[in-house]
Amino acid sequence: MARLNVNPTRMVLSNLRKRLKTATRGHKLMKDKRDELMKRFLELARETKEFRSQVEQQLSEIYGSFTIASAVMSSQYMEEALMFPKQGVAIEVGQKNVMSVNVPVFQFTTTTEDTADIYPYGLATTSGELDSAIAGLAKVFPAMLSLAASEKELALLADEIEKTRRRVNALEYVMIPQLEETIRYITMKLDENERGNQTRLMKVKDMMLQESIEQKRMRDREMELQAQ
Amino acid sequence: MYKIGVIGDKESVWGFKAVGLHTQACESSEEAANALHRMAKEEYAIIYITESLCAELTGDMDQYRSQPLPAIIPIPGREGSLGIGMRNVKNAVEKAVGVDLLFGGE
Repeated sequence: MARLNVNPTRMVLSNLRKRLKTATRGHKLMKDKRDELMKRFLELARETKEFRSQVEQQLSEIYGSFTIASAVMSSQYMEEALMFPKQGVAIEVGQKNVMSVNVPVFQFTTTTEDTADIYPYGLATTSGELDSAIAGLAKVFPAMLSLAASEKELALLADEIEKTRRRVNALEYVMIPQLEETIRYITMKLDENERGNQTRLMKVKDMMLQESIEQKRMRDREMELQAQ
Repeated sequence: MYKIGVIGDKESVWGFKAVGLHTQACESSEEAANALHRMAKEEYAIIYITESLCAELTGDMDQYRSQPLPAIIPIPGREGSLGIGMRNVKNAVEKAVGVDLLFGGE
């Protein structure tokens, strides 16, 4: 692993130690976040799959009714019957915070309260199949809405999980090893300097001792000569 | 107050009009792309698109994927389910988890 390009000094070392501490903590937090997101995501994905197959099945039944209705009625009449909707739908969008991901929450209101009163046409010129198709559609609509909400949440969570996973991996496999490697390098370097210093000192002390011994010997010899 | 849009071929969407959604009948994919971008700019919170059109609009739909609004949801058209909506769910799972856990390689 490549180490960072820094000067091997005590100052840098202490800075790096701080950074390593932060990185380790960040890594742990990110990992927790990822795990929790994953847990929710899988629950949601299962739910969404369920919703989708329900909605798809119901819709295909409704399309069947529509096809029969359009076979019985002329398309002109059909279009005329559906041209001006009586029912209006508006939705309120709220927000929900799932592990710091903002997800929309949908709440819908219809303008006509009575479910039997949604047909925008008179019954004289239309077939019964059209009624059941529209009733079915009104019934499947709440399911479609929750499908929309959960699919959107799924997509947003998937994005966030991917991002978090990248961050976790970057910290785990790049940042932290790099910092550790650099810290090891600096400690080794500092230790080596320390040892170098130590030996140099010892050497100097040795030399100084040697010198003073020599001097003493010389003096002794001179004393001896004088005494004779 | 937000609105809900439906984009698709005429026969698929006219029923949705009766239950109060804003529909846009489109015959070609360019028309559908225009309608999609217009709806995304206006106050539409959910846009349903029939799967047959979805197949040609993946690029346009991906633009809105990471935004909270609008939610663009594929629904089966009159010709029945093409599996595009399911595939989206599957792709999301694959993207997040790395492997496909839910569908077991269907």
